[in-house]
Amino acid sequence: MTNLHIRKNTYYDSVALMLISKDLGQIPGVGEALVGMGTDLNKELAQNIGLDTPELTALTGNDFFVAADCTDDAVWQTVLDRVEELLAAKKQAGASDYCPATLAGAVKLMPDINMALLSVPGKYAADVARDCLARDIHVMMFSDNVTIEDERSLKEYAVERGLLMMGPDCGTAIINGVPLAFANVVRRGNIGIVGASGTGTQEVSAIIDQLGAGVSQVIGTGGRDLKQGVGGLMFAQALEALIADAATEVIVLISKPPDAAIQERILTQAAKGGKPTVVCFIGGDPAEAERLGLVAARSLEDAAHKAAALSKGAVAAAYDGFDMGEAAALTLAKEAAGRIGANGKCLRGLYTGGTLCDEAAKLLAGMGLTGKHSFIDYGDDQYTVGRPHPMIDPTLRNEALIKAANDPETALILLDCVIGYGAHADAAGELAKAIIEAKSGVPIVVSVCGTEGDPQGLTASRDALAAAGAIVMPSNAQAMRFAKLVLDVGGGVLDAPQV
Amino acid sequence: MNKVNELFAKELKVVNLGVKSFYEDLKAQQKQVVHVEWKPVAGGNQRLADMLKLLQ
Repeated sequence: MTNLHIRKNTYYDSVALMLISKDLGQIPGVGEALVGMGTDLNKELAQNIGLDTPELTALTGNDFFVAADCTDDAVWQTVLDRVEELLAAKKQAGASDYCPATLAGAVKLMPDINMALLSVPGKYAADVARDCLARDIHVMMFSDNVTIEDERSLKEYAVERGLLMMGPDCGTAIINGVPLAFANVVRRGNIGIVGASGTGTQEVSAIIDQLGAGVSQVIGTGGRDLKQGVGGLMFAQALEALIADAATEVIVLISKPPDAAIQERILTQAAKGGKPTVVCFIGGDPAEAERLGLVAARSLEDAAHKAAALSKGAVAAAYDGFDMGEAAALTLAKEAAGRIGANGKCLRGLYTGGTLCDEAAKLLAGMGLTGKHSFIDYGDDQYTVGRPHPMIDPTLRNEALIKAANDPETALILLDCVIGYGAHADAAGELAKAIIEAKSGVPIVVSVCGTEGDPQGLTASRDALAAAGAIVMPSNAQAMRFAKLVLDVGGGVLDAPQV
Repeated sequence: MNKVNELFAKELKVVNLGVKSFYEDLKAQQKQVVHVEWKPVAGGNQRLADMLKLLQ
């Protein structure tokens, strides 16, 4: 039976509530459970899982509700007690700090605020951002679901005022050494990054750290910046700032391939800037960058290696090898190929990072591998309706992993594990649990995106995954190269049916 | 010097509006940050919010 508890005019942030919903689902006797604000989206979700009632339908976005399908009243009471407990714990965590209710209140408390980190719901985000920009506060907007018209208008306003407007949908940035939203703890150095691809930027900056180099600034722009509708406004603004920045000696540009005219404009700006610049337009044509004297990268890892070399005054040599050495990789690949079942024909890529998924699929295509392979980004909008991003709550990806590992057609599974601030506090541990639970001999190849400085620790994360039986590769690109090696030595697998 | 390069020379002072864990991450690193207990203007009532905007 569906039970409903309502609190009018009580607001909580959505990520916290989504995590509470997940927790309630574990209580014995509870079927579906949903905790949230009475937004249209949540009402629709409630309807989809059979929890809608006329009272719930009548709620507004400012009303809090708990809805659950419980076997009896005692279970419902347990649900309500648990919600109270989790909300109280959340309140207590921030109890020692005074948190003003408005931006104006925050400015009174800290008059020289210079950066706003926005993750309010998309429909309100543009107004809040405009308010910040009007106060000369730079903006990083994590919020998505902002129209491209609003994005352009905000960026035009920011450019006019000489400010950063990173986003919407900007997942990562490191400004003055401070990681914002999903970002790794990267040592400081002389490499400046402009990135329109969240996890792509994390992968490059994390590998730069692993190579002993460091970053001056990491500026995110949001994935649409280099599209015609926005025109590269923030990419150009960020690039200009890095060219002018004395602490930045090498520049890295990261994006999916931009629209042609915008690409030419950005690359020309970079070339005129006169600083060594590595261009990683994932899956794009390197010719244009090379024609202008810039360094084109073939993968995110290659971009990091080239930037690190340039930052130390060395030659930017291409990197497409294995950190463990070719011979060791071959031995490991033979062992993995021996574990592929008789019907194992397909690669299954299950990702939490959109750029990492995109890069893997493009590298696969570049290697000439065809077949019924699949690459899924569980951070894509269709998988995140009403639930947190899989880098925060990996449940959905882990379920898919267990299913794929037990599918006889699966030859090999590829996974990413993104650590750092913003990500799950034990991302590798959660993934390791799912790998163990899958109880499958199918080779599982994981690359961890992160640094030793991250709260979860790079080595600790890799060790946890290796202990669970995964083959751990140092980068997304090496994971793909390893997968290709396994399929090559495995033989027969390449005869997979065409899509 | 534009304001972006001016920012690079300053200590970052952050206001966080929205997901509280981003604020908690910054606090844990002893960074300068204020969290705003943000709520939609006029309780999410768009008509009322538009009227308030006109008044401003």
